[in-house]
Amino acid sequence: MPSELKIVNGRIYDPENNIDGDVRNLCIRDGKIVDSVSKTASRINAHGMVVMPGAIDIHCHIAGPKVNLARKLMPEDHRLDVHPKTKVTRSGTGGIVPSTFATGYRYATMGYTTAMEAAVPPITARHVLEELDDTPVIDKGFYVLLGNNAFLYKLLKEGRKKEFKEAIAWWVNSVHAYTVKLVNTGSDELWKGRKNANITDVNEQIDHYNITPAHVMESFIEAAHELGLPHPPHIHCNNLGHSGNISTTLDTMKAAQGRRAHMAHVQFHSFGGELNKNPVSGAREIIEYINDNENITADVGQVMFGQAAAMTADAPLAWMLRNVKFDKWVNADTECESGCGIIPFTYQESVYTHTLQWAMGLELFLMSKDPWRVLLSTDHPNGGSFMNYPKLIKLLMDSAYRKEALQHVNQKAIANTSLPELEREYTLNEIAIITRAGPARALGLKNKGHLGVGADADITIYTEDEDREQMFNAPRYVIKDGIPVIKDHEFVTDHKGKILHSKPGYNEDISGEIEPFFEDYYSVKFSNYAISDDYLHDHEEIPTNPKS
Amino acid sequence: MPQASKTRPKESKNLKIVKDATCTFCGCVCDDMELTVDLDEHRITKAKNACVLGRAWFYEHTLEDRPVVLIDGKEATLEEGMDEAAQILVDAKFPITYGLSDCPCEAQRVAVDIMDTINGNIDTTTSVCHGPSGMAFQGVGESTATLGEIKNRADLVIYWGGNPAESHPRHFTRYAVTPKGMFIPNGKKDRTVVLIDVRKTPSTPVADIFVQVKPGKDFELLWALRALVKGKKISEDIEEQTGVSREILDDLVQRMKNCQFGVLFMGMGLTMTRGRHFNSGAVYSLAADLNEFTHFVAKPVRGHGNVTGADNVVAWQTGYPFGVNFNRGYPRFNPGEFTTSDVLARGEADAAMIVASDPASNFAKKAIAHLEKIPVISMDVKETHTTRLSRVRFAVATYGINTGGTVYRMDDVPISLRPAFDSPFPTDQEVLEGICQRVKKLLSGKKARVAA
Repeated sequence: MPSELKIVNGRIYDPENNIDGDVRNLCIRDGKIVDSVSKTASRINAHGMVVMPGAIDIHCHIAGPKVNLARKLMPEDHRLDVHPKTKVTRSGTGGIVPSTFATGYRYATMGYTTAMEAAVPPITARHVLEELDDTPVIDKGFYVLLGNNAFLYKLLKEGRKKEFKEAIAWWVNSVHAYTVKLVNTGSDELWKGRKNANITDVNEQIDHYNITPAHVMESFIEAAHELGLPHPPHIHCNNLGHSGNISTTLDTMKAAQGRRAHMAHVQFHSFGGELNKNPVSGAREIIEYINDNENITADVGQVMFGQAAAMTADAPLAWMLRNVKFDKWVNADTECESGCGIIPFTYQESVYTHTLQWAMGLELFLMSKDPWRVLLSTDHPNGGSFMNYPKLIKLLMDSAYRKEALQHVNQKAIANTSLPELEREYTLNEIAIITRAGPARALGLKNKGHLGVGADADITIYTEDEDREQMFNAPRYVIKDGIPVIKDHEFVTDHKGKILHSKPGYNEDISGEIEPFFEDYYSVKFSNYAISDDYLHDHEEIPTNPKS
Repeated sequence: MPQASKTRPKESKNLKIVKDATCTFCGCVCDDMELTVDLDEHRITKAKNACVLGRAWFYEHTLEDRPVVLIDGKEATLEEGMDEAAQILVDAKFPITYGLSDCPCEAQRVAVDIMDTINGNIDTTTSVCHGPSGMAFQGVGESTATLGEIKNRADLVIYWGGNPAESHPRHFTRYAVTPKGMFIPNGKKDRTVVLIDVRKTPSTPVADIFVQVKPGKDFELLWALRALVKGKKISEDIEEQTGVSREILDDLVQRMKNCQFGVLFMGMGLTMTRGRHFNSGAVYSLAADLNEFTHFVAKPVRGHGNVTGADNVVAWQTGYPFGVNFNRGYPRFNPGEFTTSDVLARGEADAAMIVASDPASNFAKKAIAHLEKIPVISMDVKETHTTRLSRVRFAVATYGINTGGTVYRMDDVPISLRPAFDSPFPTDQEVLEGICQRVKKLLSGKKARVAA
């Protein structure tokens, strides 16, 4: 017997289908939205409630080796925020880096039904898939770190663009990734090989390879375009957190040459001013470029005051932060593939740079002309926990609240931004775009982020509340794959969720090129590197659209 | 530890070759084994590339004629064993699980689920090996690297408080000393190897420099090195205190500061002697300090095949790496309170499930005495002191030889196993899943054990 559900009389926000608060019914059968259901379908009366597609986090760090190192690093943080089990859900611990079960449940309690882990070294992807299998309710995928990959650099050095593209596809397939991630391109070799140095310019030569970060990024963007990956290269630009890094960010966006590229946590890359001096906001220049160039999508990486954790494949950045606080610090080098740095961190209203970053993120949101391309994230946990999203939504929707908040932060920093002049208030429809429809479109997830016939029945139902933080903090119902997981704010069942991945086509011959490199420079056997399908459990392959 | 077999077992004609199989004996988790399997005799007759320990591991895991389940010493079916185990766990007020470092992550995940379900206590052999390093990590962090990075780049390799030649024989040859790497074209010739220990061991000949420290004085020596790296004064009588001269210390400091990529591997000579987590913390801090001058990493040399996986699984499910208690319906961590040896020695646990380890042979007397008094469920591939005192004992298949699954190398790199031949015995995972289902069923009639 099919499982059927009808949600009646809800106010529906479904921007992909141009529905902006109309009162309608929604029909669900076997996990999908359908035209109609039988009279015996169970019903949810959503009268007076707001109905949206389940939200999608396009950029967060929730699973894998670096996340687990951060979990282990911060017992003091778990202790203060326990996550008791219920009759239907597992226990865990919270804090800035929650345990896997707590992560899945907490995303669900805010109406999120999909989240993408943004940085995975391929050799550790097995670990990520194991953790994601223990991350309940939500669907999830990950971006594989290839931007500092020694073998791919070798191919670029030799000018072998075709093999470069094939090898990227081989890697995405071998580890079941969703798309490719580039982090501080070119920096790993200097970090590991030149006593903790860093790349400072996208046109600088990378040691041993005679190529530049700009060339590497261009090549990835071109290859991903040809492979037709559902989401373009997800780029963490060079010089994160350095004053004046807007020129690097602009150079990077220009390197896309009109092709699709996603700029991750762009707030961290919007610093004006001069290197080694106090930064000022460069948000206007960045957002104007994004507004004018439709090939670019971005997530903001908003900073929220309070506990955070720098957790990044950008090892030199974490080292820079370590030398501010001299607190506990993790560095983890991954052979031939990546670096990693982790630092517990707290954003404080009184600190100039922290306030500046908070304001820059809001400026980016408020000056964005296309909500479809400037998406909500805190780069969890780097800018703050994903648990801050409801508060962030209130900051965007409620200018009075924002003005009040402005009173309590560093005024010198605010003076270097245009935030006080920005009166804009996001509408519910725009919130639905930056948290649902926009991320789905940027990710190429055709069955998510909307409520049209055929879409996945991932749905959130909120009790309307003028206090938008309160409203988005506790949906009345969360429906995943057509199954009500949360009813009247309480979990009524557990749910697994599935892995989202892509399988770009490639010529098998490339593995013959990669294998000898492995035997020389890796510490695992080539034949043990690719990950079997057993690790995928429930999964969905998102189709590619190759250009050939 | 098994004794190395001197001669290879005899072979029949029904042979199979398994390439790139993984040895799970120690934390090196070498995945380049070429196993010759005699399918008639159900045993491995040749293990190419294996070290002396690996050969013993592969040759000696044959199919023994043992009952799959014994309850109170009497043969029973698998179902009866799982029923009895579930009942014991559900009836207990303070059930504990311990071990887990010699089974794959898939089994470890189920073990945590069971303890979460019954508000039990979960702990792994980490608490008696590198637990102190885990605690030090929580305090100061760690600069670390995968072993391939060491192979490719490390020109200064320091071993402290360990004897890899006997405990991890291929650590030198496959990962850290002799292999040629991307920026180490001549292998050992391009590296300087330093060994620091309280006595000479079979590992000593590998070292270019051997530094002998007085027993129990590792912390003092580490702290003096930290001071010298930072250009601070140290006490005049350092040699008297530690047995190491100022001259040797100065030389060591220069080498550490001037290398291109340095690594410090620490063994249980640091974690299980005076100082414990202070020693590990000093190693991590020294490595972190050295990054102000060069690139430097540190790494515990982990013992059991999948103890690193156990740390990872327990951490991702609970937030803490070992010594976790669910009594209140959520995980709490407190080494000394929730570590198994302590829980037993205080006589607190009233039932124990021991997976793939033998605490009855190596815990403190008081802890073993308590283990003898309470109902014990055990899963192991061989008979051990622990299985012999168990009320319910399961004979299980050997991971990596009879079963697949995931193990984590000492550097957190996950590897999938390639089983060599089938076993009539169930896997740890199958037994644990059976117990887990039964526990949940038994509890479903009752009020769920949630926080008060």
